[in-house]
Parts: sequence; structure tokens; C-alpha cells
Amino acid sequence: MNVSNDNPASTSGPVSIATKDACVDFPIFDAKSRSLKKTVMGLVGGNIDSGSKVPVIEALRDVTVNLEHGARVGLVGHNGAGKSTLLRLLSGIYEPTRGIAEIRGRVAPVFDLGVGMDPEISGLENIMIRGLFLGMTRKQMQERVDDIADFTELGDFLHMPLRTYSTGMRVRLALGVVTSIDPEILLLDEGIGAVDAAFLEKSKQRLVQLVERSGLLVFASHSDEFLRELCDTAIWMEHGRIRQQGELDEVLRAYKGLPA
Amino acid sequence: MALAQPAGRTLAAAVADLRRGWEQRSLWGHLGWQDIRQRYRRSVLGPVWITISMAVTAVALGVLYSGLFDIDLALFLPHVLVGFIVWAFISGCIAEGSEVFIANEGLIKHLPSPLSVHVYRLVWRQTLFFLHNLIVYLVMLFIYPQDLKWTAIAVVPAFALLALNGAWVALTVGVITTRFRDILPITQSVVQLMFFLTPIVWVYDELVNSPNPDVAARARLAEFNPFLHFVEIVRRPLLGQDQLWRHWAVVLVITAVGWALTMLVLRRYRSRVSYWV
Repeated sequence: MNVSNDNPASTSGPVSIATKDACVDFPIFDAKSRSLKKTVMGLVGGNIDSGSKVPVIEALRDVTVNLEHGARVGLVGHNGAGKSTLLRLLSGIYEPTRGIAEIRGRVAPVFDLGVGMDPEISGLENIMIRGLFLGMTRKQMQERVDDIADFTELGDFLHMPLRTYSTGMRVRLALGVVTSIDPEILLLDEGIGAVDAAFLEKSKQRLVQLVERSGLLVFASHSDEFLRELCDTAIWMEHGRIRQQGELDEVLRAYKGLPA
Repeated sequence: MALAQPAGRTLAAAVADLRRGWEQRSLWGHLGWQDIRQRYRRSVLGPVWITISMAVTAVALGVLYSGLFDIDLALFLPHVLVGFIVWAFISGCIAEGSEVFIANEGLIKHLPSPLSVHVYRLVWRQTLFFLHNLIVYLVMLFIYPQDLKWTAIAVVPAFALLALNGAWVALTVGVITTRFRDILPITQSVVQLMFFLTPIVWVYDELVNSPNPDVAARARLAEFNPFLHFVEIVRRPLLGQDQLWRHWAVVLVITAVGWALTMLVLRRYRSRVSYWV
């Protein structure tokens, strides 16, 4: 796998994500199979039964996508269909157990809003840490912090510890950071639905501009409304496979079981 | 079969992980400080507590054992104190290293960053602790002046070697414990045991030159303890004692072998860690 992501210097060359027959299999270690005892005893006593094999969850199967610069892709599918896992595959967090995934461009994921944020420190400091995690330097973040503060409209709250924030306020913070650092690949999980309509409208413009300027967007959501706002194409995931990919409306209609 | 063997499992990918992690210095540098400030948030003295607790422990152990072994406190206390400071770094790297990936599960699953970032952050945090503890040493120099020679500067490369070893141990043990969770308590107990087997609260030279041949023979076994050599390369310069090349040689060999092993582990299992945590 050719991972050239989260390297701030890698802004040259076209932004793209290409996977070919990529599979993601999770070994499920319970206390028994995770312990060394079982493995060691297995070595000594020979293979006792096939039940000692680690069960595997096939989270993604034969996923082939080709996303280029400017793509705005919505991810739809039931809970557990593999949307979040696919986002993590596309971000390079999971390298495929089989198949290929090639990610070119700087990735900025917004998955879980609590992760990488420290509840005890102020919003401003969290902006800094979040930015550093996404490959920025301190200096670059210091230049952007005022802009982010303006965008989030959080005002004096930015000096308060993050634990005093509501979910929507955290989303504002996270969106403020990712949209200010000019990422090339923006991956959003459904959590961003927590912001109010006015703010969503504001971020929408910023996100669309961002995608046009520099990269591509993949957005997992259960809300048709949000998907129509941000995406033009879609991928429908079912049981870890791609059921359909194509124009957003077409995929949404098929997904909802409506006639084309 | 290029497809059956994911290209991510190459030495180049392992090296790239270490390199890209190193490039994110401003990230782990910031987080390392943050960890320390976080620990003492809302306390008045803050990180000074690191220094105080080290001083209290070392003085208490020094006074107790110098009485037990009947050694002059002026000789024994510096020995215990410096040994303890070095040990705090070593045990911190191993104990925290064994859960470095487990503890960072959230970050690993939600933000794509090189695995080595978490290890650099850990070693950096332990280095900051070490520097805080060195204050106790400086205070001690006023009370019990040591006959420091210019060779005391050797403490810098010695500590660098210590940190380099802390990094590979955290990487390797971290990967193994992520897969086999039983290794975690084993590691913690072994570290505790090694504290007693390493000449920190007892003096190695004293016992090796003991008139009782049984004691001397038993003490010589300590040479097989790798930690002895790590402690010695840092402690000797700080106490103005002569350097022994044997300790440096052992440490250098362990560093080379350890990193070679770690590169193999990283090549094979680096891409699996996000699946295992």
C-alpha cells in the first residue's frame, strides 16, 4: 500500500483514493484467544480443534472505489453496513487485509468528536492539538487560530474547558479546524448532524469551496437532506460490500426502495 | 502473489512510520508537555510534585538501607538517588510502553497518524520527568559534593542510549501486549522484580569484593542483568566514578539487537495494530 497521506509536504500531484478488491477482516479476540496461554498450549499439545481459530468479522469485502479530485461522495447504508469501516480504510487507519488501497493527499477525518480532544483543556488549546494531529505545525496553527475562532462563533467559550461544551459546540470546533487547514481529503462521519441549521449552511459553503479548491469529500450520513447539501454522488454499502455507486439521487432512490 | 502479501508489510513502510512520526515533533512535543501539565492540573505545586516525590522516596530508601547495610550515608544516598532517577526512566518506558497502543486506542482508531508518534510522545514525557528529577540530583550536589570529572559529560550520550532503548522496548512490547493482553501484567511484575535485582538500593562493588566468596559469586550474577549496565553508564559519570567500557559495550549491543528485532516486528505487525487495539 502506498500511503502518502498526512504528510504536509505531499501537496504535489493529484489527490485521489483508489482501492481495488480491498478487504478488511477483524480478528475477534476474546479473553481466550487473546491470551498467550492458549497459543502456547496449542503449540505444545498440537492442534486440538478448529474451534481454537480466531473468529473473523468480514467488515469489508472486495471494495473497489476510484475517487478523484472534486468528488463529493455520500455514504449510505444501514447500521453495521460498513460505512465507518470504509471511511477508516479510505483514511489509511486500516490497511486492507487483502487487496490494495492507495491514498494520495492529506487526510482530515472527522469521526468521533471526543477523540483527540482533551476535556480538561480549553477550546483554543484543543484547536491547536487537533491541528497538530492533522499534520500542521504550531506556527501554522497559530496563524489560523483567529480564523477558526471566528468561524466557530464560540467567543469567550473558547477559553473554557472543553468539558463545558455541548455536542454541537464540539462539532463546530472540529469542523472549524478541518476546514481551515486546507486538507485534501475530507472524511466526515455522521456526527456532524448535531449542529444547528444556520451553522450547517455556513459550513456547507465552506466545505463545498474546500472540495472545489483542493480535494475530495466522503460523507457518511443517514440524512438525505445533509447528503443532498454536500454530495453529488453516493456509495451504498450493504453487508460490507458496495451494493451500488453512482449519482446521488439514483442511489438514494434505490436505497429507499423507490422506483427509479 | 502481490495481492496476498499487502505491500504495507515492508521494511520501507516500517521505516516510513518511524520517519513520519519523527517529523511530527511539534505534535508529540506538545502532547508530552500536555501530559505532564494534565497530571498536575489544579494542584498548586504542579510538576514540582514529580521532584518532591522523587526526593522523598530516595532519601527514605537511602536512610533505611544505609542503616541496614551499615554504609556511610554520604556515600550511599547519592548512589541510591541517582540509581533511582535512572530507574524511574527505565521502568516508566517499559511499564507505559507495554500499554502504549492500548492506552491510545481512541487516537489510533480515529486519526491516521504513524504509530511511532505515540512512542515518541511517551519517551519524551519520560525524558521530561527525568529532567524534573535531575533537580533533586543538583540539590544533592550541594549537600554531598561529588568529585565530578570532565568525563561526566558522558551522561549525555548515556542518556541518549537509554532513550533509544526506551523507544524500541515500547514499540516491541507495545505491539506484543496489544495482541496478547496477558503480557501486560507479566511485564509490570517483571519490571517490579528487576528493581530489586538491579543494584539501586544495594551496592554492587561492595558485594563483589566481599570477603565472603559465596556473596561475591552471587553478586557477580548481577552482570547478567542488562539493567545493571544501563544504570551504570548513567550513574557512574554523575557520581564522578570511572567509566567501565564493559557497560557501554553491553548497552550498545542491546541497542543494536533490540532495534533490529523491533524493525522485524514493525515490518510484520505495524499495520495490524489498528485492528488489534
